[in-house]
Amino acid sequence: MSELNSALEHPQYNYKVVRQFAVMTVVWGIVGMLVGVLLAAQLVWPVLNFDTPWLSFGRLRPLHTNAVIFAFGGCALFSTSLFVVQRTCQARLISDKLAAFVFWGWQLVIVAAVITLPMGLTTSKEYAELEWPIDILITVVWVMYAILFFGTIMKRKTSHIYVANWFFGAFIITVAVLHIINSLAVPVGMFKSYSIYAGTVDAMVQWWYGHNAVGFFLTAGFLGIMYYFVPKQAGRPVYSYRLSIVHFWALIAVYIWAGPHHLHYTALPDWAQSLGMIMSLILLAPSWGGMINGMMTLSGAWDKLRTDPILRFLVVSLSFYGMSTFEGPMMSIKTVNALSHYTDWTIGHVHSGALGWVAMVSIGALYHLLPILFAKQQMYSIPLINVHFWMSTIGTVLYIASMWVNGILQGLMWRAYNQDGTLTYSFVESVEASYSGYLVRLIGGLIFFAGMLVMAYNLWMTARQPQDRSQPVPSAA
Amino acid sequence: MDINTLRGLSTLFLLVVFIALVFWAYSDRRKKDFDEAANLPFVDDEPVESKDKVGEDS
Ligand code: HEM
Ligand code: HEM
Repeated sequence: MSELNSALEHPQYNYKVVRQFAVMTVVWGIVGMLVGVLLAAQLVWPVLNFDTPWLSFGRLRPLHTNAVIFAFGGCALFSTSLFVVQRTCQARLISDKLAAFVFWGWQLVIVAAVITLPMGLTTSKEYAELEWPIDILITVVWVMYAILFFGTIMKRKTSHIYVANWFFGAFIITVAVLHIINSLAVPVGMFKSYSIYAGTVDAMVQWWYGHNAVGFFLTAGFLGIMYYFVPKQAGRPVYSYRLSIVHFWALIAVYIWAGPHHLHYTALPDWAQSLGMIMSLILLAPSWGGMINGMMTLSGAWDKLRTDPILRFLVVSLSFYGMSTFEGPMMSIKTVNALSHYTDWTIGHVHSGALGWVAMVSIGALYHLLPILFAKQQMYSIPLINVHFWMSTIGTVLYIASMWVNGILQGLMWRAYNQDGTLTYSFVESVEASYSGYLVRLIGGLIFFAGMLVMAYNLWMTARQPQDRSQPVPSAA
Repeated sequence: MDINTLRGLSTLFLLVVFIALVFWAYSDRRKKDFDEAANLPFVDDEPVESKDKVGEDS
């Protein structure tokens, strides 16, 4: 859509790549969440895989995670980071060609994922399922993105580097390191490779990667979004710049060590498990530093929440961020993990972070961004943003509440023993008991997904709106 | 040196770095710079948007 007429060109900044990524965020959000809804429905009615390998749960699940994290979340991060870096450095991206390469390269990665994953081509490493040719493409695109981002920082006209750019920068560097080290493999064919790691080391590298994908992709990057868009939307600077510096360094220093909490009671040495648990508990502090800083930015402007649904998205996302980063350290405690691991509790935790935090902060930022990118005064319909806000909130709450109930139910059933030491319940009895929770999750997911359709409609109408706002003049000129 | 002494010392070292960071960030000398930095999202605003440029704790 919107093949970008020249009236939308900004005199000073490259908004084109920002706009392309912003539109694709909505598109991939819809695709990824539709797959999520289908998965949720398959867990209620298994016949929905239609006995087709392409539609089987095992193949669609990695498609869902890749589409929502790397396509939806990724496009949101590309879009916002490339916008924020230009605006806060007062410098245009170093190269429009490079920007176009990053956009098309990333879309190619996503399309390759959408094709290969349902075909069953996978490395079987969670969140790193894509086979080696795609991994190489990701590396190339990512390095170009790093050059684009840091090059723009280097030619900045301001003396400071705004804190949002620190978070984006940490996210870009760390994801590059994680991706390359975790994906090292020996190819044995075009679509088949073997990891160079084996056994326990493989598990540790995998969850060092996996947890830091959470820490740097799903957290640091989105905190970068928070640090620009919350102050912008609230119309006041961030509550404490000092706190932002302290919690930045604390966050990136601690996250790296927390991976073993995914491997409690495995072959991983006990000391490593305990280390992971302690580091996860400490992680509460820097995480809440970010949440508090974002929330307190609104102090004195709380009344804006009553009228501004965009701000509501941003603030509620911070609440979910606080909630999931409280829940995470709790689940890292070995005795709690003994109950929660393998159950739907983990799935609930994931989606309180993913829907409540990642998706909602991105959606809020996009509602701020889209009118600017399409040179409009505001979104086509503010009431529709409000509708979307409530759909997202209700959808998320239904999702995570049902998964808590299911998770604790499953955990307790699995550990129940009879007097003679035999198990009280067979596994399938716990599946049966989960049925109503799965239904509620499906309903919550459907509501959240429908909210994305409302957003797409609002975006479409905004782009088509005739009323142009006066072209923003670069304030220097 | 025993490896465990090294481990202990490195933990201590990181603690010192962290405390130094906190002192640095909260020193009065940095306040002006940080206030400036905190206002960066607003410096290139298109003509007039309502903005109140208050620095932290003021
Ligand atoms: C309409 C929205 C969504 C629905 C209905 C949905 C549904 C699901 C379902 C059914 C699963 C499989 C659970 C299982 O194996 O038991 C799943 C897994 C997952 N989803 Fe979603 N999802 C949605 C949105 C998202 C978003 C926006 C993200 C991330 C930004 C996300 C990230 C994940 C992750 C990381 C997993 C794997 C969890 C794990 O392995 O522990 N989902 N989702
Ligand atoms: C202080 C912060 C956090 C800590 C300490 C933490 C801790 C944990 C723990 C203990 C698990 C369960 C591991 C298991 O039993 O298998 C887990 C799973 C997970 N968490 Fe978190 N969490 C935190 C924040 C977040 C946030 C903000 C998100 C998302 C935006 C997130 C996404 C995930 C995902 C995707 C998984 C599932 C991994 C898998 O098994 O596939 N976490 N986390």
